[in-house]
Amino acid sequence: MPGILLIAYKLLINDRAKFAALLVGITFAVFLMIEMTSLFAGILSRSSSTVINIGASVWVMDPAVNTVANTIPLPDYVLDEVRSVPGVKYAVPLYSGAALLKLRDGTYQAANVIGLDDTSLFGRPQMLRGNIEDIFAENAFIAIKDAEFYKLENPQIGTEFELNDHRGVIVGIARVASSALFGVPTLYTTYSRALQYIPNSRFTMSYLLVEPKSPADVAAIKARITAAGYLALTRDEFVQKISDFYMYKTGIGTNMMLMTLISFIVGLSISGQTFYTFILENIDKFGALKAIGAKGRELVEMILFQATFVALTGYGLGVGLCATLIWIARSHLPDYAAMITFGNLAMAFVMVVIIAAISSYVGVRKVLRIEPFDIFRG
Amino acid sequence: MAKAAIQAIGINKWFGEEPVRTHAVKDVSFEASFGEMLYVVGPSGSGKTTMLSMISGILRPSSGRVLVEDADIWSLSSDELAAFRLKRIGFVFQDYHLFPRLTTAENVAIPLILQHREWNAAVEEAGRNLEIVGLQDRAPLPPVKLSGGEQQRVAIARAIVSRPDILIFDEPTASLDGDTGRNIVSFVRAQLLTDQRCIVIVTHDARIYEFADRILRMEDGSITAVERSQLDAQ
Repeated sequence: MPGILLIAYKLLINDRAKFAALLVGITFAVFLMIEMTSLFAGILSRSSSTVINIGASVWVMDPAVNTVANTIPLPDYVLDEVRSVPGVKYAVPLYSGAALLKLRDGTYQAANVIGLDDTSLFGRPQMLRGNIEDIFAENAFIAIKDAEFYKLENPQIGTEFELNDHRGVIVGIARVASSALFGVPTLYTTYSRALQYIPNSRFTMSYLLVEPKSPADVAAIKARITAAGYLALTRDEFVQKISDFYMYKTGIGTNMMLMTLISFIVGLSISGQTFYTFILENIDKFGALKAIGAKGRELVEMILFQATFVALTGYGLGVGLCATLIWIARSHLPDYAAMITFGNLAMAFVMVVIIAAISSYVGVRKVLRIEPFDIFRG
Repeated sequence: MAKAAIQAIGINKWFGEEPVRTHAVKDVSFEASFGEMLYVVGPSGSGKTTMLSMISGILRPSSGRVLVEDADIWSLSSDELAAFRLKRIGFVFQDYHLFPRLTTAENVAIPLILQHREWNAAVEEAGRNLEIVGLQDRAPLPPVKLSGGEQQRVAIARAIVSRPDILIFDEPTASLDGDTGRNIVSFVRAQLLTDQRCIVIVTHDARIYEFADRILRMEDGSITAVERSQLDAQ
């Protein structure tokens, strides 16, 4: 490390009170920013859990659908129409709906029921216990072992419940990639049984799942389905549509962004103020360095180094603190939805760079303005 | 005759704009030679610090020239001027301006570090300079642990560490008691003044006048008298 930067480093870390205050400010700001955005990322991820878990390439739905949970049933003939579109390898129906279960102890529990196409079982979960073929058995349901599993009283194979006065039996335990957002357990059964057990309107299909013959066919398939008055989205497009809904059409996104902005302002205030005080306290020393023969750019390098060092250290501590707290929270609260993504980290990093830039800009201006002559004048 | 180290030729300095414009230094000319200890004395506000700043390459004169070994220092760019100060001039400030967060040795090493010397080598060299001022055992301590006289010596060690041929002292005894001040200046004269070095001291402490070769008296921005020192008489 060049000597001038080593001087800057020692000036910074040997002033322990200021260094600690700077680190606390940045760490706290980074922690809050990442925590907020991670919570939002976790919520967004879970809001698309059914799309992620089923894994179809193209989803066909009513154009008014905003989220995977708010289904608008499609008429049966749409299935035939979609199957007739050139480029479609196959298309199957999917049922997704809410149901109220009566458990063994007499209590009621809301659940999300996914009805898989009877023929293909497309979108089947990964079995942990039991066989997927058992889903065709009488009254058969497969329970998903996720964060909400315990709400079904930790069922075993053979556990019974009631659904709309129908008897249901757990024939398997399975897992899926992503838990649902709304804190209810999930059951898988066949499409036909879901229709039979759960009261429905005239139209019954929640979604149509389409597999194109090749990725190149997707655009044409989407165009044909759009022309028919329905909406076809790829998996990523559907996930994005759901994210956009929560981000822009509910208060969640706005509130999270506000909290993130407040975290940024808090961090900037603490760090900027402390760094400015630090520079002010050392301004005569910087002036003395200038008088001795330090060039202006060397003093700027010192300040930028100090700001960068504090910012990166605070960033690392903030990320570590956030990751630790999320890990602790998850181990105690299975529903905890926070998820640190590279996007969150990048956004917090950019915010920290801005905090460091603004803080150091004030210091640089001050140091460049100090005249060595002022040191002589005292 | 000794070679001229610094020549001030008709230098003026104005501060501010009309109608509150101040003529701080008025057409001052003088020479300081190698091997000479030159004092600039006068009451507060007489312009001696302003003049000192101009001859040391810190404050640009409004008019006039400052030559160091016949080279006009104010024709240099700001970076060249900074390099000139770093290599040719050692400063001892009135308030020392030592970094409280660095050790004494690191403080002394600063001019070497600014000259891009390797850190450990610079600190070692600083330790040798602390020996010159009798503070070798204080090297690892922060300056705040030292007395005023010791801090003054540390500032002197910092000023001489890069072997400059011009030393500038601004009120070196202002913060010291009488005996300590005399001891410091006596030490400077005995140990640091050589035929290849010029020392300029700004002071209004009459107790140390006896160590000067020449004394320039300033009043109201002008040199009013040039006195030979008592040393010549001795």
